[in-house]
Amino acid sequence: MLAFILRRLFQSLIVMLSVALIAFAMFRFVGDPVNQIVSLDTPAEQVRQIRQSLGLDDPFLVQFARYIYNAARLEFGVSYQFRLPVISLLGERAPATLELAFCSALFSLLVGIPMGVYTALNRDSWLAKLFQAISLIGISLPTFLIGILLIYLFSVTLGWLPSFGRGDVVKIGSWWTTGLLTVSGLKALILPSITLGLFQMTLIMRLVRAEMLEVLRADYIKFARARGLTTRAVHFGHALKNTLVPVITIAGLQLGSIIAFAIITETVFQWPGMGQLFLRSVQNVDIPIMAAYLMLISFLFVSINLMVDLLYAMVDPRLRATVGAH
Amino acid sequence: MSFKTTCLAAVAALALMCGSVQAQTLRYANQGELKSLDPYTVNETTTNAHLGHPYEGLTARGRDLKIEPALAEKWEISPDGLKWRLFLRKNVKFHDGSDFTADDVLFSADRVRAPGSNFTTRIPTDAKFVKVDDYTVDVVLTSPNPILNAQWDTWYIMSRKWAEANNAVAPTPAAATSPSFASLNANGTGPFKIESHQPGVKTVFKVNENWWKKPEHNIKEIIFTPIASDATRVAALLSGEVDVIEPVPIQDIQRVNGAGNAQVLTGPELRTIFLGMDQTRDELLESSVKGKNPFKDIKVRKAFYQAIDIETIKSRVMRNLSTPSALMIAPELFPQTDFPRPKFDVNESKKLLTEAGYPNGFEIGMDCPNDRYVNDGTICQAVVGMLARAGIKVNLNAQPKGQFFAKVLKSGGYKTSFYLLGWTPGTFDSHNVLNDILGCRDVAGSSRGESNLGNYCNKQLDALSDKVLVESDTAKRDAMIKEAYKLAYDEFGYIPLHQQALAWGVSKKVKLTQRADNSVLLYYATKE
Amino acid sequence: MSLTTPPVAASRWARFRDSDILASFLKSKVTMAAAFVVLMLFVGAAFSPWLAPTNPFDPASVFLSDSMIPPAWQDGGDPRFILGTDDQGRDLYSAILYGMRVSLIVGGLGCLLAAVIGITLGLLAGYLGGRVDSIIMRIADVQLTFPAILIALLIDGVVRGLFKNASREDTAIYVLVVSIGLSFWVQYARTIRGSTLVERNKDYVMAARLVGLPAPLIMLRHVLPNVIGPVLVILTINLGLAVITEATLSFLGVGLPPTQPSLGTLISIGNRYLFSGDWWIVAFPGVTLAALVLAVNLLGDWLRDALNPRLR
Repeated sequence: MLAFILRRLFQSLIVMLSVALIAFAMFRFVGDPVNQIVSLDTPAEQVRQIRQSLGLDDPFLVQFARYIYNAARLEFGVSYQFRLPVISLLGERAPATLELAFCSALFSLLVGIPMGVYTALNRDSWLAKLFQAISLIGISLPTFLIGILLIYLFSVTLGWLPSFGRGDVVKIGSWWTTGLLTVSGLKALILPSITLGLFQMTLIMRLVRAEMLEVLRADYIKFARARGLTTRAVHFGHALKNTLVPVITIAGLQLGSIIAFAIITETVFQWPGMGQLFLRSVQNVDIPIMAAYLMLISFLFVSINLMVDLLYAMVDPRLRATVGAH
Repeated sequence: MSFKTTCLAAVAALALMCGSVQAQTLRYANQGELKSLDPYTVNETTTNAHLGHPYEGLTARGRDLKIEPALAEKWEISPDGLKWRLFLRKNVKFHDGSDFTADDVLFSADRVRAPGSNFTTRIPTDAKFVKVDDYTVDVVLTSPNPILNAQWDTWYIMSRKWAEANNAVAPTPAAATSPSFASLNANGTGPFKIESHQPGVKTVFKVNENWWKKPEHNIKEIIFTPIASDATRVAALLSGEVDVIEPVPIQDIQRVNGAGNAQVLTGPELRTIFLGMDQTRDELLESSVKGKNPFKDIKVRKAFYQAIDIETIKSRVMRNLSTPSALMIAPELFPQTDFPRPKFDVNESKKLLTEAGYPNGFEIGMDCPNDRYVNDGTICQAVVGMLARAGIKVNLNAQPKGQFFAKVLKSGGYKTSFYLLGWTPGTFDSHNVLNDILGCRDVAGSSRGESNLGNYCNKQLDALSDKVLVESDTAKRDAMIKEAYKLAYDEFGYIPLHQQALAWGVSKKVKLTQRADNSVLLYYATKE
Repeated sequence: MSLTTPPVAASRWARFRDSDILASFLKSKVTMAAAFVVLMLFVGAAFSPWLAPTNPFDPASVFLSDSMIPPAWQDGGDPRFILGTDDQGRDLYSAILYGMRVSLIVGGLGCLLAAVIGITLGLLAGYLGGRVDSIIMRIADVQLTFPAILIALLIDGVVRGLFKNASREDTAIYVLVVSIGLSFWVQYARTIRGSTLVERNKDYVMAARLVGLPAPLIMLRHVLPNVIGPVLVILTINLGLAVITEATLSFLGVGLPPTQPSLGTLISIGNRYLFSGDWWIVAFPGVTLAALVLAVNLLGDWLRDALNPRLR
């Protein structure tokens, strides 16, 4: 088991290094960062000096090695546009993204699971069909359009909910800020969470429905029915319980992608999170932020994957054996 | 006084109190972010305007953009034009309570020209600042410069003591590895102090009660949030979550004006939008014409010019909020009376192209930003359609400004054949245009023509430009400027399109002066 | 030899014919409606040059003075433009037909590329296992880190670097196809790997191996036909997703050039005019896109249920 864990840890490290390498190779093409630092009338000589001081004239591998060396010491450099350490910029924005991701995951579970159960149990009812159709709208329109339509309806027309930002936030500890403790913060969370969670909700609803349908046909359910248990007990005591294991796994794995794909939602709602920071950095060719964000996301993915794999390995020794055998 | 009137008076007083409590906070959203509070790192209109709240320059520009005294009460120029004597304002205090003196001016003059500063052009490198006494400074020049103080309104004066105490003596260099105190904190003499600053998220300004000037505003607090998405920004104004937004997309102006709680302030901006053509390479980078450069032929340039229907662009793309232009500078900065735009005439274009040897037109690549100027991508697309009717097939490469500038600017090797660009002379003076946009690029080591991406070149114009720089007689100077513009105009060196419009969304509760340089200055704002 | 012939593959067509897939299709009105919509949209896209009254991709035939005309039935409408015009004066009906063709080509080719990459890697990982498996799955991890927008930027940049003088109009479509292909393959790879892990221990594969057939042949001829079912389902669902991704990339400014608008480009253009009352520019392409994605997904649902014998 220890060998397995070590092997996976090593692999994870390689993954992170490859992300860094790919990210780095990419940055050579996304634009010239120096243009974003200087203004149009900056003398050419000064531009050359800045380029040199940033080490942008060095060979690719030298730049990469320097970056990895610094990253290993948790030094991700200073943002070109803000002139602030990347780590503090990301740290400042992480709570916003994590809270949004958490709320939209919660929304997708709380709405997706009941809808999935209902559509599975009442396959042919018109309400189930309606649910299925509605859920598909979430994946039929681009996120940015859904977001703007929600803003138009709930902020401009009805005036119920704010159109941008996090509302008032409360500081907890030295760096965490939360919008969950104020009314305006909670109101501000609603629209972005729905926008971001709609896609996951559809996914979960469909997954629950499919799993439920499978489980309901399993032998032990038939036995349970035969034993004379009530429909309710069968459905919720046995079927749903067995459905939830894969659903939770998928939801966990999706958490990473929610964070990664919050980029669009954060941009539409001017949510002060990491995704929005990242997109602005792409536009401004702020390489240190882009690199650090990608490293962070890959770290997140890698750790979630690692955890899932380890859990599975503990539950299912056969997997461990196959992995270890080669 | 009857009971009723007392009651009414009380209600009125209460309403007034509530009103005034409300009016203390102004919420403002801009497309751009306030990245750094260090006033010498990011040279960009929006940032300069933001920092004009906590900081001030020796001079200021008023509501009409005229140069006014600010931290310098007055100045005198010696007869030979080589010495400027500045008389500083007394009893001015920085936000931390320390006095403003000549030392701070000398310090700021050094800092603004230090490595890492993006404002080095604010003062000539060879200008010496000499302290005469605590409130008098001499500026000694090696050649006369009548527009020396043209950009001093955005050369903000910093406190020497504060900078030294906080290790912020040098501007934060781009390659800095540790954060600079000055990029997160500000200590100026201006009308507002920084209460809190979260870069790219939110900045709160509090009024400076000890400002030396009598405030024209009634604002106690400004909450600034950047909102990048156009639709979201407009929605925030319509729903009353913010009081002022900049810019309003021009297509949304009607919607905002019709909403009842806000209106749009519009006016011509000083920025000129124009098309440029590569006139220097012997063969264009992106064209079907091989072995020669069609843009070296004045007929081709004229044909392009006359193929563009600027009035339709004005009415359809700009919704009548642009001023078609024939000069490379805004009419507010230089009169355009003797420069009519050549007539839009496709048949004439076709004829010219035939005469030039391209009866069937040709193919050419065009570079265009799609997130930099007002409706820039749409304008380029319209140009593509108009040129198509003259027989020119344009392959449009419209991309975000990051990639666009990386390709077309000097650092990218001027890799463009045909492009759209916008320019506001930072000095609000023609010399900047003559030098940066119309000057020849070919002198090594000179900064002349660095933004002349297509290298339109006329030595006569350069000679005039040099004379303009040192001429202090306004009438003579203007005559020379006009002569220079005429050269470029007659040769169709560029295709000026228009001055784009400013559009600020302002709540009906707020009164605000719109300055033509697009600086949103909230110390001109009053809120009910 | 009968042992080495995968029993399922040989009888696949027969199974389809005899099964009640067809019957279930004919039974479900929703599925039939979805199929009808998809068919209509595909026909519309395929024959757009003949169905559209104008060619919106030809700048010489588009007049800026025709811009922003509302649909024909509204005040100020123009009978020449049934669904109105966009900000350049393009006929929206024609633009939607042409745009759908672009979207379907980008989405379809992108998904196909994703499927090919995913199936290949999934098969290799599942069949060979061990180190190959680990490497491929770790590549999948790396891949998941990069959102599609970044991949698009990366490839866009590389293409720009390699073909310096190529116009964006020529390259954008390939950039998008490759970006979508590279963003979407993981799902195929994981699915295929999972089923392959199961299949490779089955008797017929064992037998094929004993007979000494080369591994690539076993994978292609014997394993693949038995694991391909779920791929069809993913493919249908991803087609919708790919079209939406393309729209999002247009919104971010790295999609198709506005001179050759796809459905997504039209939506992101129209998005700018949502507040100004020019609703038709976003509404018609939006409804078309939603109808396409919805119908394709409904077909995918039906296909999944139909292919799953236990659900019948």
